[in-house]
Amino acid sequence: MLEKAINGSKVYWGWIAFLLLLMSIGAACYWQQLSHGLTITGMSRDVTWGFYIAQFTFLVGVAASAVMLVIPKYLHNYHKFGKILILGEFNAVAMVILCLLFIVADLGSPQRLMNVLIHPTPNSVLFWDMVVLNGYLLINILVGWVTLESERKQVAPPKWIKFFIYLSIPWAVSIHTVTAFLYCGLPGRGYWLTAVLAARFLASAFAAGPAFLILVTYIAKIFTGFDPGKGVLSTLGKTVVYAMCVNLFLLLCEVFTVFYSQIPSHMAHLQYLFVGYHGHGVLVPWMWSAMIMAVVGILILIVPKNREQDNLLIIGCLLIFIGAWIDKGLGMIGGGFVPNPLHEITEYVPSQLELGVSLGIYATGFLVLTILYKVAIGVKQEIE
Amino acid sequence: MKTQRRNFLKIAAMAVLGWGVRPASELLAAGGGTASEGLLFASRHKVHVGPNALTASRWAMVIDTAKLNEKVMEDIVHTCHSIHNVPTIPGNQNIKWIWETHMDHLFLEDLHEYQPEAGAKSALALCNHCDNPPCVRVCPTKATFQREDGIVMMDFHRCIGCRYCMAGCPYGSRSFNFMDPRKHLETTNPDFPTRTKGVVEKCEFCAERLAEGKMPACVEVSEGALAFGDLGDPESEVRKLLAERFSIRRSPTLGTKPCVYYLV
Repeated sequence: MLEKAINGSKVYWGWIAFLLLLMSIGAACYWQQLSHGLTITGMSRDVTWGFYIAQFTFLVGVAASAVMLVIPKYLHNYHKFGKILILGEFNAVAMVILCLLFIVADLGSPQRLMNVLIHPTPNSVLFWDMVVLNGYLLINILVGWVTLESERKQVAPPKWIKFFIYLSIPWAVSIHTVTAFLYCGLPGRGYWLTAVLAARFLASAFAAGPAFLILVTYIAKIFTGFDPGKGVLSTLGKTVVYAMCVNLFLLLCEVFTVFYSQIPSHMAHLQYLFVGYHGHGVLVPWMWSAMIMAVVGILILIVPKNREQDNLLIIGCLLIFIGAWIDKGLGMIGGGFVPNPLHEITEYVPSQLELGVSLGIYATGFLVLTILYKVAIGVKQEIE
Repeated sequence: MKTQRRNFLKIAAMAVLGWGVRPASELLAAGGGTASEGLLFASRHKVHVGPNALTASRWAMVIDTAKLNEKVMEDIVHTCHSIHNVPTIPGNQNIKWIWETHMDHLFLEDLHEYQPEAGAKSALALCNHCDNPPCVRVCPTKATFQREDGIVMMDFHRCIGCRYCMAGCPYGSRSFNFMDPRKHLETTNPDFPTRTKGVVEKCEFCAERLAEGKMPACVEVSEGALAFGDLGDPESEVRKLLAERFSIRRSPTLGTKPCVYYLV
């Protein structure tokens, strides 16, 4: 099936070339990081995780969103989702690859990466994150490839694949739960030390992930004429808006708990993010933009009629996706480190080289996504 | 007949399970044969002692904040950092093993606005060598581990630089080598390893000096402000001080059981 990836239009090859260019820029930036160390980033002794780990956290959620197609299709026999299911699974593959690349980019000594396998340490949540992320990657490659191949041969998929399809449901939940556990089990980091974190991660993931899928499907529609089927995207839009409502509700639960209890070490981080703390507040405009985008996105998409209109669905999904990205990809990690355990404030802003590395990594993920989607849509159009 | 067979199978299964798990659990948690660490779970490493070594069941430090002054603290920080090849790096990507900070940063929950001078008073911060260390719990490679005598140590050759321990430490006691530290060393102590870029480091209670029968360097130059000894020995200096004087620890409510005590 891979041959479909090497037969494409000029636009396709132009896009591939563009991604390769971005990847080489990223590689050049990463070379700087390898030779000089993580000093080229904006991170510091106080803010030890930054843009890389935040992107990883956000993208785990986007990867997990395939389950929002698998559950309706396989547990509720909602067969309309059958046609875009493969896009969800291949999206998960590309996103998990992105996650792994961002983790490796964040390591100070990447040449020792295999120490995690050589000295396995189950008391570390990072060990389990490695297990669940790689497992999820394999499951989605397997399920996506096998079902697509059967589709091409126009036969029913083999029965054994059902096991992996059902397995992918709890596994998708696990990847984001374990990722939340990385943070919420740490004493002395008030912003993350909350049982609601994993639930919030899942809620924002099931908003941002399907929103991303809707947007990518529209792009595929424009360039390949791929038809997801009537009403499929608007139904998925319902998932997006309900999940975002749950996410905001959980955030408000957190805000109430923190501010009614008045525990300073828990209040400080939310204050820093939303109103500034002791004169520092580099993320304040971002966080409010995220909130406004989330609320406007919800207001647009909560109206069933709006979801039926392509333009409004796209705008709503864009707002919710960007809102969730700011919340998790900028505020969640940086906000947890400011102020530090000694109540000192060191702010964090990613450096240009750090953003360059991230750009290259994103380009790599999109290259994988493009190739997989090219194959999937090529197969679908071949059998029609 | 049927129930008998079922019972037999049950018992047999239990027996196999128990027989299989028990030795394995010992292997996983403790010695791990010839290796000095648990195979899977972080565990306490045995301390290898020489003839003159100072040993304890639980090392602890007591800092008498009343005896600290600018000069003593400067001496302590300078001595520690120079013998351990800790570089002086300007900016916020710096490295600190032991450093001066205000009381109101050390004891966030204990100080109030009516003691502006007491709050601004300086004291020393360092690794607390917690009895229940979060850094050891989160490390994915056991590069940071706890010895049987309580000292939390680093293996600079195993650390992958993920910095999870730094997120886990609620005391900000750990530093990361964002860059090659050797470029920022004026002089190098050949008896202690220098580090490379990309690994985490911190105070190790001078484990290398204890092995030679010497007290930690900071204690030696502290002019009596710092005491160091065995918590397990009721006759030790630290136990006597803790029995006589009121002491506090940093963020004890987090359950980390810090082993650095401050006399106030």
